[in-house]
Amino acid sequence: MAAALRTLGARSIELLRDLGRFALFSLRLAVAGVQPPWRGRRLIREIYDSGVLSLVIVCISGIAVGAVLGLQGHNTLVRFGAEENLGSVVGLALIRELGPVLTSLLVAGRAGSAMAAEIASMVVTEQLDGLRMMSVDPLDFVGAPKALAMVISMPLLATLFTLFGIFGGYLVGVVVLGGDGGSYLSTLQDSVLFSEDVAGGLLKGGVFGVLVALIATYRGFTAQPSSAGVSAAATSTVVIASVATLVSDYFITALWGY
Amino acid sequence: MDAAHAVAKPIEIEAQGLCYTRGTRVIMDDLTCVFPRGRISVLAGPSGSGKTTLLRMIACLIRPDRGVLRIDGEADLAQLGSGAVRAFRRRVGMLFQGGALLDSMSVFDNVALPLREHSELGEAQIRDEVHRVFEAVGLEAVDELLPGQLSGGMVKRAGLARALIEKPDLLLCDEPFSGLDPPTVRRIEELLQHVNQSVGATMLITSHHSESTRRIADHLVLLLDGAAVSGETDALLQDDPRVAEFFAESASPAISKGAS
Amino acid sequence: MRESPRLEIWVGAFVLIGLAAIAYLSVAIGGLSAGGPGGLEIIASFDEIGGLKSRARVVVGGVKVGQVKSVALAPDFRARVTLDVDRRLELPTDSSASILTSGVLGDQYIALEPGGGEDMGGKGPKFLAAGDEIQYTQGAVILERLIGKLIQNLGSDSSKTDESDAGPDGTTSEEGSQ
Repeated sequence: MAAALRTLGARSIELLRDLGRFALFSLRLAVAGVQPPWRGRRLIREIYDSGVLSLVIVCISGIAVGAVLGLQGHNTLVRFGAEENLGSVVGLALIRELGPVLTSLLVAGRAGSAMAAEIASMVVTEQLDGLRMMSVDPLDFVGAPKALAMVISMPLLATLFTLFGIFGGYLVGVVVLGGDGGSYLSTLQDSVLFSEDVAGGLLKGGVFGVLVALIATYRGFTAQPSSAGVSAAATSTVVIASVATLVSDYFITALWGY
Repeated sequence: MDAAHAVAKPIEIEAQGLCYTRGTRVIMDDLTCVFPRGRISVLAGPSGSGKTTLLRMIACLIRPDRGVLRIDGEADLAQLGSGAVRAFRRRVGMLFQGGALLDSMSVFDNVALPLREHSELGEAQIRDEVHRVFEAVGLEAVDELLPGQLSGGMVKRAGLARALIEKPDLLLCDEPFSGLDPPTVRRIEELLQHVNQSVGATMLITSHHSESTRRIADHLVLLLDGAAVSGETDALLQDDPRVAEFFAESASPAISKGAS
Repeated sequence: MRESPRLEIWVGAFVLIGLAAIAYLSVAIGGLSAGGPGGLEIIASFDEIGGLKSRARVVVGGVKVGQVKSVALAPDFRARVTLDVDRRLELPTDSSASILTSGVLGDQYIALEPGGGEDMGGKGPKFLAAGDEIQYTQGAVILERLIGKLIQNLGSDSSKTDESDAGPDGTTSEEGSQ
């Protein structure tokens, strides 16, 4: 019993230390990012890797989720005779919650793990040490462009997911199930307010982007220099970033006054 | 870094009482040795004896638990702040075991990186510098290739080119002969000797290739049991039985001994 | 560092499409107005505003001319609503403002009806200027009270006169929200 408590205590202290290291790392990364030299070309390459390459999965998933929302929403609203409100149901669910959250989970899995694995493999092959020996700061050269690219890409991807989702809901609710297209769009427009719904969704997208960016770069930089270390960096990124997304989603939702 | 700095001011390194323990393994125990100015020193020893560790300490990538690493009799590497470390590294070129070239960039961009980061040279001048150093290390027509497309020997040469392009005062090479076939090993040996003569930098090489060591080392530092035996190669081979034994064993390893 | 120009085109397209998507979501669906009609502030006081929120539409004849800027409680316990309407609007001083609902369960908005232009005492401009107050207002219809009144009326029809009983759904409670 005492041994179990000791382990718990040791683990908690370990967790605190890790959090502290993570916070310090993030600070150094942010400082390195905002100082010149600014790595424009590398940033563009990184936006391609995190953003453009995630487009396919985001758009397909968006349509799929929107379609399901359309289906479920229709089935539920029909019971209250309120099926012409489908647009607003699908739209609000996507804009406020599912768009940013699901996009973040998908992107963390696809681009976040790839980012962590790439950085970790640079640790294994001593590429980061090579940079240090050339007096180039790896945080500035490698870390900052990757992190910034993720922060930029996430809100854009989340919005695209949302729009594709609204379209997916339209496809199911109107085209397949025969609802009224006009009501779909007008109820959508009437019930969505920029200041409450869209802005909150964009804020979430931004926050999730920051979280995934920091977690992926941190796990990459602190990876063990071995193949097992690379895969551990990738998997732990997905796990931690996903949990962080879901937990922070609650807090943002609560604080935004929903 | 101005191109006028054409003559290397080779560095002399003196290690005193270095101690380094990781977990339960004592890697260094009161290690003392010298790496003389402008000469080729080889760090030899069995696997796990701390060769790469010592090299990384000199590169300021790790710090010893105790002890002093003096450069040119003045600053202590173990105590340098980050700004001083950066200034020191500007005088150092390092060839890593796997080359450590950035695999997403072409060979040209890799070798040009130090110049693009630190110097004010224009692209045309950079191109000239890169091709000059390619010629010095014997690389041809590799500009557009990615590091992954190079053979083992070419990777080492490219890494060496990158280490040399800013005309360092100290050149560190981690296992430059590893993974190469014997003819290529000889070629790299000649290259290193040639570089030492033309550039004049102090060179520190880790190797467990006893043949190569004997051929190119002016100065030998043999790491045994956490401490160092160092001196002029030929003298050591004659006078110190441990050195002679190490080289004899390396030439024909006694498999039954089961050591490392 | 040469990057393929194709890559840069993709990235540019991605960022552009992403920003366009955000703009579309914000403006077309979310109703964000970059300025929009506005500039003239007038006041309207109501006994009951129902679910009227700030940024709710202000319309004339169905056309949006502005939005509700703020809602406050006046000392006389009426709701004092500040409207921000198109500054080019020339509303006669006897115009009226009503709070209507879009559909039955939709959100609420303010409809302005231009008055006939009757002189309100002979002096001063004929149109509402900044800071003026609309005199004729019609508060929001609260569904529960309507139902309560209906039930009351039905009850009084069956020979129960003037007794303000509480109806079965508690209409005596002054709930303004829906």
